[in-house]
Amino acid sequence: MFFNNLLSGKEIRFRDASGNEITRKGNNLGGAFLNSIAVAVPSTIIPILIAAFAAYGFAWLNFPGRKLLFTLVVALLVVPLQIALVPILRDYTQLNLNGTYLAMWLAHTGFGLPLAVYLLFNYIGSLPRDILESAFIDGASHFTIFTRLILPLSIPALASFAIFQFLWVWNDYLVALVFLGDQNRVVTSALAAMVGEKGQDWHLLTSGAFVSMILPLTVFFALQRYFVRGLMAGSVKG
Amino acid sequence: MQNQPRLSAGDQILNWLTTGVGRLLASIFVPLVTFLVLWRGFIFLRDSNAPQFIIVVVAIVWGVGGVALLYGVSNWLVEKLSGEWVRRLQPFIFIGPAIAILFWYLFLPTIRTLILSFQDGLGRNFVGIENYIFAFTDRVMLEAFRNNLLWMVLGTGFSVGLGLLIAVLADRTPFEKVYKAIIFMPMAISFVGAGVIWKFVYAYRGEGVGIQEIGLLNAIVIGLGGKAQPWLLLPPINNLFLIVIMVWLQTGYAMVILSSAIKGIPSELLEAARVDGANEFQVFFQIMVPTIQSTLLTVTTTIVIFSLKLFDIVRVMTGGNYGTNVIANEFYLQQFTYNHSGRASAIAIVLLIAVIPVMIYNLRQFRKRRAF
Repeated sequence: MFFNNLLSGKEIRFRDASGNEITRKGNNLGGAFLNSIAVAVPSTIIPILIAAFAAYGFAWLNFPGRKLLFTLVVALLVVPLQIALVPILRDYTQLNLNGTYLAMWLAHTGFGLPLAVYLLFNYIGSLPRDILESAFIDGASHFTIFTRLILPLSIPALASFAIFQFLWVWNDYLVALVFLGDQNRVVTSALAAMVGEKGQDWHLLTSGAFVSMILPLTVFFALQRYFVRGLMAGSVKG
Repeated sequence: MQNQPRLSAGDQILNWLTTGVGRLLASIFVPLVTFLVLWRGFIFLRDSNAPQFIIVVVAIVWGVGGVALLYGVSNWLVEKLSGEWVRRLQPFIFIGPAIAILFWYLFLPTIRTLILSFQDGLGRNFVGIENYIFAFTDRVMLEAFRNNLLWMVLGTGFSVGLGLLIAVLADRTPFEKVYKAIIFMPMAISFVGAGVIWKFVYAYRGEGVGIQEIGLLNAIVIGLGGKAQPWLLLPPINNLFLIVIMVWLQTGYAMVILSSAIKGIPSELLEAARVDGANEFQVFFQIMVPTIQSTLLTVTTTIVIFSLKLFDIVRVMTGGNYGTNVIANEFYLQQFTYNHSGRASAIAIVLLIAVIPVMIYNLRQFRKRRAF
């Protein structure tokens, strides 16, 4: 019940070492946990989808500016995301997007996209060309080839990036701090707030930290192999 | 479908939809419905008072489904055109969204931040290079630069060094997988979570009657007969205590990458050296290290960039006080505490300039590979 109230944001009562009764307000970690899921799942899938389309376009389609645009992707790989925070925050304020899930999805998509496109391009570009050509001769459109053939074939690469991006988004603090603020708090922000408010209540802090770690640790241990593969391919991220 | 002799009612409707006026109407109708559905979803998510669990599920379905739907519908529209136009426009269905987002979220912001960095705190008037003078001469910034240098040199040095050492040693034990998983595990933890763990290690409760220290480090020090210290309040040594956290987090990354590079060294090469009488140190420094040089370089660069942008650890542990400020934290303070977007932008540009050599290196490597 004690743990439950910490999660739900209700009041917590406990006795300290010298026997005084102490009351604290919970930090609604349960809500933050749900928020983190609502932020992290689409922030993982959306960039993968967009990047896979783009990688296919760069690898198999011909269009003017192809090389220039891909060079841009490579150049943006290491750009520190601090550079984007101030202008994007202004856009969000004008569009009234601050504090919404959508704002977080788009931001994480933007910051994760260069690496995603780069990784998936390397993978999709190395798939044998004959598969594609025979499907094309059979009359399949690019869209069909992509959704029916390329996406299923790319699952190892997609999984690698997915784990990478999921852990990154789940553990992110800066982007959440800037674009979410106190609205729809995610676990990292809730935990950081606890550090500020309950700095001496170690039993609360440590359980909070544990709640924030359960999911990424599970994902990590279950899918470690893919994660390592993603790291190898990724090298440098901004 | 069009050449089938007998058509059911459903097929007739479909047939009508694919010809002439129907086709035109459908081309307008479908995107309109798509737009309306997505808009309704947005309004629901913004205004709804439903239980949070339901909102979260709706949000995920709406976000992921929405993106898929947009691709499907726009492709459907383009494929209605003649073959020539499909060939011309389809590539932009594929790469268009990615390029648009990259422009909005990274490319344009770089230019906008550059402009902002020459303006005053509110972004109204141009002030020349005043913000850069602040960024390079202010006492606070100089301290941040010094600390970042410490992070870069010590943090990266220890992460890569320890990572390499563990990779080599783990290679020789029967429990390699277990050791590596333990060293690697912190990578799955957020910096904020790591902050809590290490705050506990460095905890200090002050002096007084009946106060018991609960921090791990102080327990060790007291156990050895020393006196409890407020570790995080002691400049400049507190920087080192923070850097330990980064090493704890990043060693696993270095280890995993370097370990796979070491496993890639042909064993004949190592055997030959040993047969020729080289001892293990010589094998390590003269065979292994030169062979995995390029991997070492990549890992080092990645961690250097990481340490340059380091923010969360300092923010959670000390907030940049007690002489532990770093560049990324000062960026945050300038923008969100002092509301000075000019100075914040100048700091961001300094960070960008610092990574430009890596950017150029990446581009060169890319051109060498001739992927196009």
